[in-house]
This record gives sequence, C-alpha cells and structure tokens, in this order.
Amino acid sequence: MQDMTPINTAEASERRAIKISAKEVTVHYGAKQALFGVDLDIEENQVTSLIGPSGCGKSTFLRCLNRMNDTIDICSVGGQIRLGDINIYDPKVDVVELRARVGMVFQKPNPFPKSIFENIAYGPRIHGLCRDKSDMEEVVVSSLQKAGLFDEVKDRLDEPGTGLSGGQQQRLCIARAIAVSPEVILMDEPCSALDPIATAKVEELIDELRENYTIVIVTHSMQQAARVSQRTAFFHLGNIVEEGPTEQIFTMPKDQRTQDYITGRFG
Amino acid sequence: MTDLSVPPAQSTAQMPRDYGLKKRYASEARFKLYGMIAIGMGLLFLTLLFVSIITKGYTAFEQTKIQLSLTLDEKILDPAGTRDPKQLAKAIRYNKIIEPAFYQAIGLDPKDKAQKADRKLAKKIISRGAAIELRDMVLDNPDLIGTTQSVWILASGDVDSFVKGQISRQTDEKRRQIKDKQIAWIDALLDQGIMDKKFNSGLFTFGASSRPETAGIGVAVIGSLFMMGIVLVLALPIGVAASIYLEEFAPKNKWTDLIEVNINNLAAVPSIVFGLLGLAVFINFAGLPRSASIVGGLVLTLMTLPTIIIATRSALKAVPPSIREAALGVGASKTQTIFHHVLPLASPGILTGTIIGLAQALGETAPLLMIGMVAFVKDIPVSPLDPATALPVQIYMWAGAAERAFVERTSAAILILLAFLAIMNISAVLLRRRFERRW
Ligand SMILES: Nc1ncnc2c1ncn2[C@@H]1O[C@H](COP(=O)(O)OP(=O)(O)O)[C@@H](O)[C@H]1O
Ligand SMILES: [Mg+2]
Repeated sequence: MQDMTPINTAEASERRAIKISAKEVTVHYGAKQALFGVDLDIEENQVTSLIGPSGCGKSTFLRCLNRMNDTIDICSVGGQIRLGDINIYDPKVDVVELRARVGMVFQKPNPFPKSIFENIAYGPRIHGLCRDKSDMEEVVVSSLQKAGLFDEVKDRLDEPGTGLSGGQQQRLCIARAIAVSPEVILMDEPCSALDPIATAKVEELIDELRENYTIVIVTHSMQQAARVSQRTAFFHLGNIVEEGPTEQIFTMPKDQRTQDYITGRFG
Repeated sequence: MTDLSVPPAQSTAQMPRDYGLKKRYASEARFKLYGMIAIGMGLLFLTLLFVSIITKGYTAFEQTKIQLSLTLDEKILDPAGTRDPKQLAKAIRYNKIIEPAFYQAIGLDPKDKAQKADRKLAKKIISRGAAIELRDMVLDNPDLIGTTQSVWILASGDVDSFVKGQISRQTDEKRRQIKDKQIAWIDALLDQGIMDKKFNSGLFTFGASSRPETAGIGVAVIGSLFMMGIVLVLALPIGVAASIYLEEFAPKNKWTDLIEVNINNLAAVPSIVFGLLGLAVFINFAGLPRSASIVGGLVLTLMTLPTIIIATRSALKAVPPSIREAALGVGASKTQTIFHHVLPLASPGILTGTIIGLAQALGETAPLLMIGMVAFVKDIPVSPLDPATALPVQIYMWAGAAERAFVERTSAAILILLAFLAIMNISAVLLRRRFERRW
C-alpha cells in the first residue's frame, strides 16, 4: 500500500473538511474479491475523480458510497465508510435516507419513461420534500436550472424524458439527483455515452455544482479528470495506488504504475 | 503443417479456385423450397378447416320460421280471467292456438275427423318449442291476451334441415324424415312467403335442448363469461403477486429453484389432471355444487396461473436494470421501485400473458368434463353457483347429437368460439403494440 499522508505541509493546510472517509474497504462478489482494503478521504465541495484501468474496481468503490451494492445479492462489503459522523454500513442506517443524501448519476442516461416534470418530481415526492403543487413546481424548475437544462425544456415539461437527446437526458438525470437536495453526487462515467459537445456541457455543469455539492466522478478520460476534478485517486487491481491533488497526480506522479497509466502505457 | 500449406497456396494463385458456389446456392434454394412447402401445407390445412367449418356452419345462423296470425283467446289461455302467471304458464294451452291456425294456413279443417291423420302429420312441421316461445311472449306481456298477433313461430328441426336442402327429396320416402305430403305443404307455404328463413336469434339465447331448433349457446356463453370473470379476478392478482415475490424478493436458493421448476412443470400438466384436482378439492372436499361455473372458474384459474406467472416473470425480467437503479438511486425503497416503475413497464407483457392465458382457459374442455359441466342445462344461469356449461363443452355435446340440424349448430358454435379467441388474441397483440415502450 502506498503512503497516504500529504506530500508537504503546505498542501495539508489547504485540505478541506472531509465529507466521506473510507477505511480498509473490501468488496467481494461471491468468492471473487474486487476491492482490497481501499482508504480514501473525499473532501467537501470538491470534485474527486477516480481513474484507473477497466475492472480495477472504480465503479465498485463508487457504489459502496451509497450502498448501491446492496442490490447485488452476491456482493459483500467490509471496512468502514463514514459520511459526516455516521458509518453508512451501520445496520441502523436507513439506505433510503442515505441515498437521498448521496445521489447517483449513471453511465448510461436512464431517465424514467415518464414526463420530464415527473422525472424530477419523483424523488422529492417519495421523500415528502414538497408540501404542495407550487412547492413541487419550484423544486422542479430550480433543479432543471441548476442542471442547466431549464431553458431547453421549459416548454415541454410534460413530454417524455426519454425523448431528449443523450446529453440532455444525462443532465436530466443530474437534475433528478439534485432535486432531492443531496450532499454528495456520485457519477459513474457520466459522459461515456455522450458526444463531445454534450460532454463539454456536462463538465461545465459539474464544475458549477461543486459549489454546493461534493462530487465523486469515475472517468476513463484523463483529460476529463484533469479538467473537472481537484483531487484524483488512481485505482489499480482493487487498490488505490496513488491519491492526491489532480495537478500533482498528472504532473508528477510518485508511483511508476500511475505514471504508466496516465502516459497511456496501459489501461 | 507449414510444408503442407505452402505448395497449395502457390498453385491456387494460378488455377481458379473451387468455392463450391453451385452447391451452396443449390442447398439454399432447396432449404427455401422446404420452407415454402411447409408453410403452404399449413395454409392449405387452415383454409380447408375454415372452409369446412364455415360452409357447414353458416346456415345455422338462419332458422326456418312460419308466420301465423294468432288470436290469443282469453277463453283458452286464461279461462278464469285472473291473469295468474301459473295459469298463463301452461304451455299446452298455447298449442291449442297455434295448431288450428297452422291447419288453416295449409288448408286443413281443424275439426274434420277424416283429416285426423293429415293433421297429425302437419303438426310435426311446427316445433314443439313454438308453444313455449309464445307462452314466454305472453308471460312477458299479459296485455296481449285478447288481441290478434302476427307471429313467426319456429318450424321443427327436420323441416329446417329440409328447407336448407340438407335433407334430399330424392331419398326414399320411408327413410326420409319429411314425408311427401309434408313436402307439398312446405312448398306451398314457401311459395306464399308464410314460411321463410329468418335470423336465428335463438342460437344465442336458448340453453340446452333435445330439439335442435330450440337449442342454443346462451347457457354456454354465460357460463364461459362467468368462468373468465373468475379466472381474471383470481389468477391475475395471485399470479402477479406470486411473480413479483419470486422475481424481486425471494432469495435465490434451492427452495425457490424448486418452486420455479414446479411452476414450469405445472404449465405442462395435462388439463384433465386439473379437472380431477378440482373434482377432489372443490366438489368433494369443499362441497361446492357440481356443474357450477364457480368450480369451473376455480379449476381454470389453477390452470391459468402458471401461464400468467411465467409471462409476468419474463415481463419483469425484461424491464432494464437501469430503471431500477435510477429509482433506487434517488432513494426509492424496493417496493416503491417495483410498484412505481417496474410494474408499469412490465404491464403490457403481463396483460398479453393474461389474455393468452384466458384464451387458453376459454377453449379448455377436458377439466370441465371432470367437474360435471357436461350437464343438460336449460335455464340461463344467473350466478356462478348455478349449473352451466361452457362453449367448448357445448360444442362437444352437440357434436355427439344425432339430428341433422345439430351438425350445422356444432360448426356455428365453433365459429363463435373461434371469433372470441381471435378477438382476444388480436387485442393481446394490439395492446402489446400500443404500450410497447423503448427506453
Ligand atoms: N455484479 C458483479 N458481479 C460479479 N462481479 C462483478 C460485478 N460487478 C463488478 N464485478 C467485478 O468486480 C471487478 C471490478 O469491477 P468494476 O468496479 O465494475 O470495475 P471498473 O468500474 O473499474 O471498470 C471486476 O473484476 C468485475 O468483474
Ligand atoms: Mg465501471
């Protein structure tokens, strides 16, 4: 395991409050182990990107953070993940509440086959966040605005969300996640199904969202990680090899494997 | 290896290679031909089946009737003048009105002793069900008594067959159901337009009868409707609930595997076995009435359940996991995810499965025979506890009847059953088209 302490004291003082703290996280899919004791601190109001070759466990780790792995029968998680002052794998923790605090955006845009309005309103409704109809409308509009989608869809809120373009659908999914006022938003390769222009829009959006949310993003694109994230963690074979400020990871990685990966020698 | 492959590579460069193209095209053409022959045969048999059923059956939608002017004399029908329904219900009295009117129509004297034999022969032209129809008409509206009404009364089944050309004039009189004298009367009546073929509404309203002209599928249709209702009300919710539990909640272990195998096997159990089960459980053990559509409905429910469960489970499986993840991701509970998102998306598949299951149940005969639904039921059932038959059972019973006129009724009933089935299957296809969604 690589040493995880900050490189120098100047950087250490720049570190912000820790939003999520993972300690010794292990994951098994049946007999197969996918994560081998991952430690990672995720800072508040920062974008943390997870990079690494396919199959190294980035998605697995991300899905641990809102217990999405609970839905896979054969998956078992060990170690500790703290969100604020709770251990999210504590049996007393309610997953429904956790997922309202830690939202998720998936690789393939997956709007509900319902109206645009209904896509956004669903989360607030099941969590009882809105008292009446005008309250709900307000939440829908502001979520769409925050996701930078409102101007494009304001005249067709009752048309199906599945009728939008891929990039719009992904921003709709981001708006849907925002609508329940989460503290953390997890994104698993959110741009891998999008064209470059749509990707640029989503990246811009991620940068804006950082102000109010803590964001963890899995990405395959080095450029994307460099563009949107402040901190980067490099995964390799179920371990974090190196973690630190994005600039430092990309300019002077300490580990040879990180160096090889970002220069395109494997992955 | 290498020394073998190198020399031919050189030789093929000069010589034209044999790709075996001719052989490949020939085998493709042969395969196409086989396919076309198979489809052609299928279509041929289907056409033959339909032609045979339609040509045999269409005549049953018409029935020979005789128009008589009947004076509903109070002295005969209600001598006491009380309009007591019990008095009015005596069918024999209506014969005393119909018969003289008919004798007059064919030029016989109702009183002349010398013509007694002729009258006896003439009487056979009228259906014995005619008096009952007239009685029902008067019971419905007693005010008709004392008036003169022009009524189309039923001709007997043999006359009907004769008029439709199903009984040949050439047959020797001794072996012919319709005698020469009767033929003369019939011809005269047909000439005058007093006897004619009319739309056979009785086919749809009458119950069982040994006289073909008063036999209909009324009881069978009502029985079938009751049973379909019971199957829908029971099998759909039970089947969907079971599928949701098995597909979404049940742990995957040996027990659920066993249940799964059993459900798939149940779908293949011969239907008569379900009939035996119904006989043992619902009639002998639970004490439900024999021949009742409630028992039939329960048995068909058992039969339809596996179909619905299998269809529902595959519909649930077909809902993409991304939709579940989306719902779980915004914090929906498992139940909310299923009922708000998965089930609505699976419903077209569930609906189609249900309709196909219902269509299967509608055409099912064997288990109904086991629970006594082959009964001779005259009266239209008003509740599922009343004795009833079912459409396919009615067909089965008519197919075994001796009279010529039942042959066309059998085919007509088959046509009606096929029409029901076609409507159900087409609606299943349309529903699927209508609600099919891409995501
Ligand atoms: N649902 C699953 N069942 C079994 N194994 C899985 C499952 N999901 C992921 N894995 C395994 O876990 C490892 C890590 O996968 P993943 O986290 O998806 O990698 P990444 O997102 O970095 O490409 C892989 O070896 C993969 O085969
Ligand atoms: Mg992944």
